[in-house]
Amino acid sequence: MRFAAGQAVRVSARSHPGHHRTPGYVKGKRGIVERAHVGEFTNPETRAYDDDGTPELRLYLVRFDQTELWPGYAGAEEDYLLTDVFEHWLEEDA
Amino acid sequence: MSHGDDHDHSHEPITADAEAPVAARVQALADLLVEKGVVSREDIRRGIDWLVSRSPSDGARLVARAWVDDAFKERLLEDARSAALELDLDPGPAPVVVALENTADVHHLVVCTLCSCYPRALLGPPPDWYKSLPYRSRAVSDPRGVLREFGVELGEDTELRVVDSTADMRYLVVPRRPDGTEHLDEDGLAQLVTRDSMIGVAQPGAA
Repeated sequence: MRFAAGQAVRVSARSHPGHHRTPGYVKGKRGIVERAHVGEFTNPETRAYDDDGTPELRLYLVRFDQTELWPGYAGAEEDYLLTDVFEHWLEEDA
Repeated sequence: MSHGDDHDHSHEPITADAEAPVAARVQALADLLVEKGVVSREDIRRGIDWLVSRSPSDGARLVARAWVDDAFKERLLEDARSAALELDLDPGPAPVVVALENTADVHHLVVCTLCSCYPRALLGPPPDWYKSLPYRSRAVSDPRGVLREFGVELGEDTELRVVDSTADMRYLVVPRRPDGTEHLDEDGLAQLVTRDSMIGVAQPGAA
């Protein structure tokens, strides 16, 4: 497992032609690993194209400050967003 | 009166509703999958029957038990699938269900920006608005505004956590037990737990 809860990460900003489950609004954004999900999961990027989705991947629940995601966010400073990101989309954030 | 090809005014094709092209595409896809032997009509029927047989009352039973039994609540937050099986509820096949607890200081709101991921086994089919583009986009970018439109006014000191289901996890909100419900038993409490309160767009009903 490459990342642990509490670790600072950044979502890769790369584009990906074809099906993938990393929402555009978190690409390139900095977050904190909230939890490393138990187990491994098939890859939707290959499964969508008649593949069995192996090798399986680690999956993380990542926490982003809303103010990091949306310039001019109107809610409270403490509000945040959580979403699941597959390991190969995450980079260490020094 | 017939309405054939020979009538003398022109207009767009008449369809039952805006979803008709989607329905036609789904039908065509189903026909192809059956024709190629990937699934049978019976498989599709069984899948639909299972989905429409699910209801938010199952999720409500989990929440009500969590309200009256702290140890159960801990198990629910740790592993919702096992907790559902404990109550003889069907948590469905994978994906994994994760329960998130609302407290006096924290409110969770669930969305699926990419499609319509939803804990269907425990809540039944998602409401149409959950699948709509306005909800899916605004729940992440203006969640307090969305909540206000649903009638939920969060204080500035309540921490709002929006959860976007993008992968193999399905999220179920455990709403706060309403005040003044000390006299209710578990079944009475379950009546207060609405579908919307388990998505996070409403508080549970008042006693």
